[in-house]
This record gives sequence, C-alpha cells and structure tokens, in this order.
Amino acid sequence: MKVIGNELQIKGIVASIDRDNIDTDQIIPTEYLKSIKKFGFEDYLFDGWRYLDDGKLGISKNERKINHEFVLNQEPFTQANILLTRDNFGCGSSREHAVWALRDFGIRVVIASSFGDIFYNNCFKNGVLPVKLSKDQIEEIFKAEVGEMSVSLDSKKIEFNNTYQYEFDVEDNLLERIVLGLDDVDMTLKYKNDIKLFEELRKKEKPWIYADE
Amino acid sequence: MPNTLYDKLWNEHHIKTLDSGESLIYIDRQYLHEVTSPQAFEGLSKKGLLPWRLGANIATPDHNVPTERGDSFTVENISDDISKIQVVELDKNCNKFGIKQFDITSANQGIVHVIGPELGYTLPGMTIVCGDSHTSTHGAFGCLAMGIGTSEVEHVLATQTLKVSKLLNMKVIFEGTPQRGVSSKDIVLFLIGEIGTAGGNGHAIEFSGSYIESISMEARMTICNMAIEAGAKVGLIATDSTTMDYVKEHSPLSVDDLALAQKHWNNLFSDKEAIFDKEIVIDISQIKPQVTWGTSPEMVVDYDAGLPELSLQTEANKKNIELAKNYMGIKEGEKLTDLEFDRVFIGSCTNSRIEDLREAASVIKGRIVSKKITEAIVVPGSGMVKAQAEAEGLDKIFKDAGFIWRDPGCSMCLGMNPDQLKPYERCASTSNRNFEGRQGNLGRTHLMSPVMAAYTAINGVIGDLS
Repeated sequence: MKVIGNELQIKGIVASIDRDNIDTDQIIPTEYLKSIKKFGFEDYLFDGWRYLDDGKLGISKNERKINHEFVLNQEPFTQANILLTRDNFGCGSSREHAVWALRDFGIRVVIASSFGDIFYNNCFKNGVLPVKLSKDQIEEIFKAEVGEMSVSLDSKKIEFNNTYQYEFDVEDNLLERIVLGLDDVDMTLKYKNDIKLFEELRKKEKPWIYADE
Repeated sequence: MPNTLYDKLWNEHHIKTLDSGESLIYIDRQYLHEVTSPQAFEGLSKKGLLPWRLGANIATPDHNVPTERGDSFTVENISDDISKIQVVELDKNCNKFGIKQFDITSANQGIVHVIGPELGYTLPGMTIVCGDSHTSTHGAFGCLAMGIGTSEVEHVLATQTLKVSKLLNMKVIFEGTPQRGVSSKDIVLFLIGEIGTAGGNGHAIEFSGSYIESISMEARMTICNMAIEAGAKVGLIATDSTTMDYVKEHSPLSVDDLALAQKHWNNLFSDKEAIFDKEIVIDISQIKPQVTWGTSPEMVVDYDAGLPELSLQTEANKKNIELAKNYMGIKEGEKLTDLEFDRVFIGSCTNSRIEDLREAASVIKGRIVSKKITEAIVVPGSGMVKAQAEAEGLDKIFKDAGFIWRDPGCSMCLGMNPDQLKPYERCASTSNRNFEGRQGNLGRTHLMSPVMAAYTAINGVIGDLS
C-alpha cells in the first residue's frame, strides 16, 4: 500500500471516557458550529466537560476555566492520540465538526463498542479511525492499565502492555481512504459519464423530479 | 424477489457498484442550511467545480436565526456577529452559485425539514439529503432521506451522488388506537425507550401498522424525524392516500406531471413477502404520555412512573443513570411529576407544524401560563405555519395565555441563536434531544409532546392529560 496521508502504525497515549452514548453535542457543542472553517476546533473538544465556564467561538483555552477533573486536562492525556470509550459513540447530530474537533486535538483513533452511523462515516473523511471492539474487549481494556498503545492499520490490530492484542474489523476501502488520504469527490468524478447517463434516463422516466428546472 | 420499500428506493437510485464494494446512488434533492454548508461550498470552489444540478438544491437559514425578528428584519439586524457571518455566507454562496434560497426575509423561510414538504420540494420516492441528522423526517413521504456530514454535502453538490453501503432493514409495526392525550411524539419516544438510541444503528427503519395508516402526514413526520434518535439515519413510511392528498395540496406540479408521478408513487410500499433483518411489534394502545428524565432520548418513562433506581441497576447501567440524574438535578426517589419547570419550548423540526400548534392551543385556550414558568415560547416551524396559525387565531390563544409568539427557526432545540436555557433551568420541550447542554450550558431538557408541554406551561408541572 502506498502511504501518503497517514502512517500505518499509530502509537500513543490512550485517554478513556467511561460512559455510553456520548453524543456529538458533547464532542462539540453547537456554539462552535458557527465557524465557517474546517479547522481550528481543538480547544472546543468536549467543551462542556473540559471547562467549568461557558465558552464562545474564538475564545481559546488559555482564557477558560479548566476542569482539572476531566481526563484531557490531565497529564499525560493532554497529548492523547487515542480515545477509549463505550457504546454508541458519536450518536445524535450529523455535525462533521465533531470529527474535526477530535482530529484537531490530535485524536487519530477512537475505540468503542459501537458508533453512531453518520459519525462513523464522517471519521473516514478526516483521517480519524473508528475501531469497533466487543463490549467484553472494551471492558478488558478499561480494566487493564494501558501504557502506550499501538494500532496497526495494515494488520488491523491493537496491542499494548506487551500482553494484550485485539484484532478489529474495518472495511478495506474505508481504511484505504485514511491511509492514502483520498478525496471522494475526485474519485467519484471518474464515473461522471455513468452519472450523466443515469440522470438522462431518470429525466425521461420521472420528469416531475426535474419539473422546476 | 420481494423487496422492502428501502430496497425499492435503493434499487431505483443505484447507479453502480464500485470496486470498493460501495454503491454510488443518485440524489434527487439536497436541502442546505447555513451551519453545515459553508465548508462544502468552500471545498467546491477550491476544486473549481460548480454544483452538478442547481435545481436539486434548496436552501434556507434556520439554525442561527433569531426568532424575535418582526417586520423588516434583514440579515444585518442579527446581533450575534458570528451567527451573522454564517447567514451572510449562505446568502453569498446561494447568490454565487445560483441556488434557490428562502432567505431570512422570505415569507417561506423556516426550518428546512418543515419547508421542504410544505413547499412541495419533498416528493414521494425521492432520495433526499441534508447536512442535518433530522433529514430522516422526509422518509414520511416514502423517500430515502438521510442526514450527512459536510464532506458529503460537498460530494452531493459536486457529483449529485452519494457513495454509500446498503443499510439493513428494520420494520416497526405500531398496532392499536392511542389513549387520550397520546400523540405520535409519545409513540416514537416509547419506541426509543424500548430499543435504545443505538437500537437502529446500521438500519433503515420502516414504520408501519394500523396506527401509522391512521395518522396525518404531520404526525408521520414527527415519527420519521426521531428515527435518528433510535440510531437509524433513515426512517420511512409507505405512501398511501394520506400521502397523496398532502402532496396534491402542497406540490406545484402540473396535473399531467402529478398523474404520471402517481403511477410510480403507488408502488412505494414493502412487498408482502419482503424480509426484514429485524421486526418489532408494539401495541400502542397501552402507551401513556412519555417524558424523558435523563440526558439521552432513551431515558424516557411514562409521565407518572418512577425513575430507574440506582440500587436495582447493573454496574454498567448504574454509571449512566447516576451521571444523568446528577446532571438533571433529580434526587433518588423523585418522580417526574415532582419536578417544577422553569421554561416551555414548543417548536423544532419535530413538533412545530400546524397540527402541533393546534393541539397545544387546544390545551391552552382560555387558560394562563403558570407563575412558576419564567418563559414559555412558541416557535412555528416556518413562515407558512406561522401565517396559517395566525389565520386560525392560534397566535392569539398563545399570547393571551402568556406565551411569546416567535418567528420561525430551530430556536431553543439547540440554542445556536439567543434562545437558550440558563444553567440549571428545567425546560418542557417538544424538541428531539435532551443531551447535556443542548439547550444551553447546564440546561435541563425534558422531551415531550406538544400537548404535555402546553399542560406544563399552564400547571408548572407535568401531569394527567386525560
């Protein structure tokens, strides 16, 4: 595999948040969706839990009241690049800003027993790898005291503490998008003619869909 | 081979299977709003591309807009500078590319999922996308409709397609007649309580049964709207005479186009022998009004029932429940009927349509908002809903009772505009999400039907609607 976007091994510090159903409003609250940019969301990740005061777009973390109880404010987790959590991570709103915030903070891998469908798709568009493991495996990782974790994208394995090893399943085409940093629009436009033909036929058969054009 | 409704819609829009195993499907309609579109337009410009098919796109600002606008309000009057930038950006992008927009001054502006159907842009059998998870709403018309991220918004603008894998099929059958005071909101909240917020992950949910057949398009939209709260990005309902009557009333199509379309629309149902991956039957005659107590839509109970007790929970559940009770300020042993409310919000893409306002007004008529309630607002879903409600005198009923009658927008469903809860305020809300901080930092949201929210406005507490 030719590597452009991402290396095939991600090694690093695991931060864990022990709760189910972490919705995208928790990952990034609506206030920050007012940005018209695709980058610069790192200070707003888990805003409601990370700070004790109410933030605004444009106010950096240095001006905020830090919640020292929250994992991402504790060393060494301020440098975490892997997030461990429970069930149904990223449920709720379709906001891609949730993935942008994780990415901008430096999170490259999220491990959970399941993910919200829209969030899961959004991850692959932004170089963040969502890893699904069973509830029992997640429980084991929570119980183990994880030092550095290593996630291998080519062998689809997670390893830590020299003793634990888990295989995970992810569709190759999705993984490739992360590894190669491919752009979906460019890839799809290769099928321009197929789309045009389909559309011409549809116009003939179902003209009402195009009635206001 | 017998097909489900989802299969039929999938097959009809399927362009080709890619080497990756994914499919390219054709998108008939895309709705755009100010929050999830700017980065998509920027991406399009950077690539030097134009929208594939202009007419497929319809835009309106809804998430950010203030709801106290009155007459002669323009984008320049938005006092939050950052919100203003986003609404201005939508104006600029729509003008630059030539996309039809119902802007902030338009009589038809409103929540995108309310205006789409009422202006006839949502038609049966379409594939519909929007950078908003509540796009599942449009499935009520026998559409394959789903929320997408901003990268996909750009993809649809550029290619008129989505690259997706097929979902599994789930069928939910609602049988029976609802009790007095029970509405479609209660039915869908009950389902979410049963299957959980991850229950529909990876599935398209088709809602069916005698109850679905008996209800209006507005009530069907409420149910499909909340499919995403059960984890399913697609919710859908077969077309029938109720669908056709609505479409005929709202669609600008010519008589000829309608006649031709109807032949096709009549086939938008699951074949009798179609196989679903999951099937759930619910007797709705036993369902009481539902109210959420926690910070996830699945944390829902009968309005008068006890809440889950910590001592009876498994270890795994205990933590979720404890966190939610703490956040919501609910003590051990307290019931929902013990809680005093501060605010009432009637609105959102779930419950801001004319039928919702009529139902709420019927409870409020001739009564006064409780002194315990510091603010009760009604935010109609669109300019059209607002005008209709005013023509029926509903605004007067609300205003006479002490409600504030607002202009259309998403408003306090997500508090992106000035309509927000203050910390620890408890709100009776007809919206769709009770997540932490959703309606304002540290705000406490209880989801319920419009009639229960109206009852709460009058009484300061939830209670018996029969």
